[in-house]
Amino acid sequence: MSQIHLELTRVGIEFPTPKGPFCALQNVDLKIKKGEFVSLIGHSGCGKSTVLNIVAGLYQATTGGVVLNGREVNEPGPERAVVFQNHSLLPWLTAYENVELGVKRVFRGKKTRAEMREWIEHNLELVHMTHAIHKRPDELSGGMKQRVGIARALAMEPQVLLMDEPFGALDALTRAHLQDSLMEIQNELGNTVIMITHDVDEAVLLSDRIVMMTNGPAATVGEILDVTLERPRNRLELADNVEYNHYRSAVLRFLYEKQKKIESIDAKRAEKQLDKDAAGKAKSVA
Amino acid sequence: MSNKLATLKFEQIKAVKWRDVLIGILMPMVGILFFILLWHTAAPNINTSLGDFPQPKQVFEQWGNLVDEYNTEQEREAVFYDRQEKRNAELLAQDPAAKIDAREFNGRPTFFDKIKTSLVTVLSGFFVASVIAIPLGIVIGLSQPLYSAFNPLIQLFKPVSPLAWLPLVTIVVSAVYVSDSPMFSKSYIISLLTVSLCSLWPTMINTAVGVAGVSKDLINVSRVLRLGWFTHVMKIVLPSAIPMMFTGLRISLGIAWMVLIAAEMLSQNPGLGKFVWDEFQNGSSDSLSRICLAILVIGLIGFLLDRIILLLQTYVNWDKSAVVR
Repeated sequence: MSQIHLELTRVGIEFPTPKGPFCALQNVDLKIKKGEFVSLIGHSGCGKSTVLNIVAGLYQATTGGVVLNGREVNEPGPERAVVFQNHSLLPWLTAYENVELGVKRVFRGKKTRAEMREWIEHNLELVHMTHAIHKRPDELSGGMKQRVGIARALAMEPQVLLMDEPFGALDALTRAHLQDSLMEIQNELGNTVIMITHDVDEAVLLSDRIVMMTNGPAATVGEILDVTLERPRNRLELADNVEYNHYRSAVLRFLYEKQKKIESIDAKRAEKQLDKDAAGKAKSVA
Repeated sequence: MSNKLATLKFEQIKAVKWRDVLIGILMPMVGILFFILLWHTAAPNINTSLGDFPQPKQVFEQWGNLVDEYNTEQEREAVFYDRQEKRNAELLAQDPAAKIDAREFNGRPTFFDKIKTSLVTVLSGFFVASVIAIPLGIVIGLSQPLYSAFNPLIQLFKPVSPLAWLPLVTIVVSAVYVSDSPMFSKSYIISLLTVSLCSLWPTMINTAVGVAGVSKDLINVSRVLRLGWFTHVMKIVLPSAIPMMFTGLRISLGIAWMVLIAAEMLSQNPGLGKFVWDEFQNGSSDSLSRICLAILVIGLIGFLLDRIILLLQTYVNWDKSAVVR
């Protein structure tokens, strides 16, 4: 049992709206082991980000709670570092200074000045950003910004790394590049990671487990898929791998059959036609 | 063929350059010339109790007169100190223990002394206003309840004219600022406080709005890092509020300069406002030209002050690509 590192128990959240409380999440149960890479996948608006924000401590669960290493989570903190979707780097600081902000906060009194500098540079090296260490975010490309964001989170030596669609805003090539980098880093450091994604390939490629969420309101965990592909994984070799494709189709089936959200265009057209007919009839009666 | 193309390109470039020159340099000059022409032709048709309204030429002549006055005054000062020194030297030669007086020259303030007084007054008033407005703006920007508490007061006092504040400030300063050897003249303190009271509000509101408008993502970053209050303000809130803050400071300085002239007129602080007022009371044949000149100088200084703030903003702002105008 001591292996359980992070535990979500019957987590639910309600947001107040003018029309009364809106229940976004209900009964989310999840146990995550140390060093595990877990993906949350689901249609947009299903509350994936809300789960992550609750673990981060940015939102407070209405019911249930989150326990990390035997202690309840009720406020944000650097031991649960977040990589935000839109990088959220401070535009007035250089890449180095952005990472430094977190390092200074976490390692004050534990590391000397020189050690801190070395540590910051080491983390920027991990994400391959040594060449642009003193550049401001507006001088960096989208992928580079996200790399710095990851370095900032890693440099805090978090117990859990929370990633909110970290590669969602990037083009496909850059995304693949960063996924490879992330796998490399994960291989080296063995962090516990929760990642939100809407990309099926990304989920299967990176995760040990894929948590599939049902559609909201009152979204919850639908299915959990264990991905036992051997590591290190290689996207080219996996492309033809039967097992890989099996996982892939399992997630796809969940998303597009069991939790179908968008009606097909044909169905919509038929419905419209029906409406039109009805309207026409009404007119002719009048 | 390619030659033809090259010529065509050259023609295009030339056309673009011409456009830039036309818009950037020529047009402003055309505007100014047009204004001077209009002034020149219209002025003789306005007959006042002090003669015809001055033409540009007469106003420009006054500039020469004022420079002459300044030079004469400088000379008088030099002569005065010279005389004093000589007298003291003689006294000392007669009796080494003699009491010598070192009096300060008490000349009339010239136009340029008045410009200096005005600048000192407006900048000190603006400084006092900023020192109060920026921290207060940050505090009320950070806290919604405090903002709600302060907002009605700000909205209430913001539109009050300096002429309304002035009697109040005058009476209060006269009552409170009592000293046998005052470091500053009362008129200076009164003008300064009136300027501060009127130029406080734009900086305060804009700082508060800038502080309140910090991006939610950056606030989340700060929360995850668990930054302390001070670090949060210094590293996250202030940098993102700087553009708004400077917008406020610019408006404030503009108001401060406008208010100052009015305040100086009534408080008799020896600056440009008093210069205009004295000329108005004086009513000589030169007065109108001198007032016109003062107006032009006031406008020019106001413009320069605005440019200085802009320069400061480009220096302080982290976003060097921001267009400031």
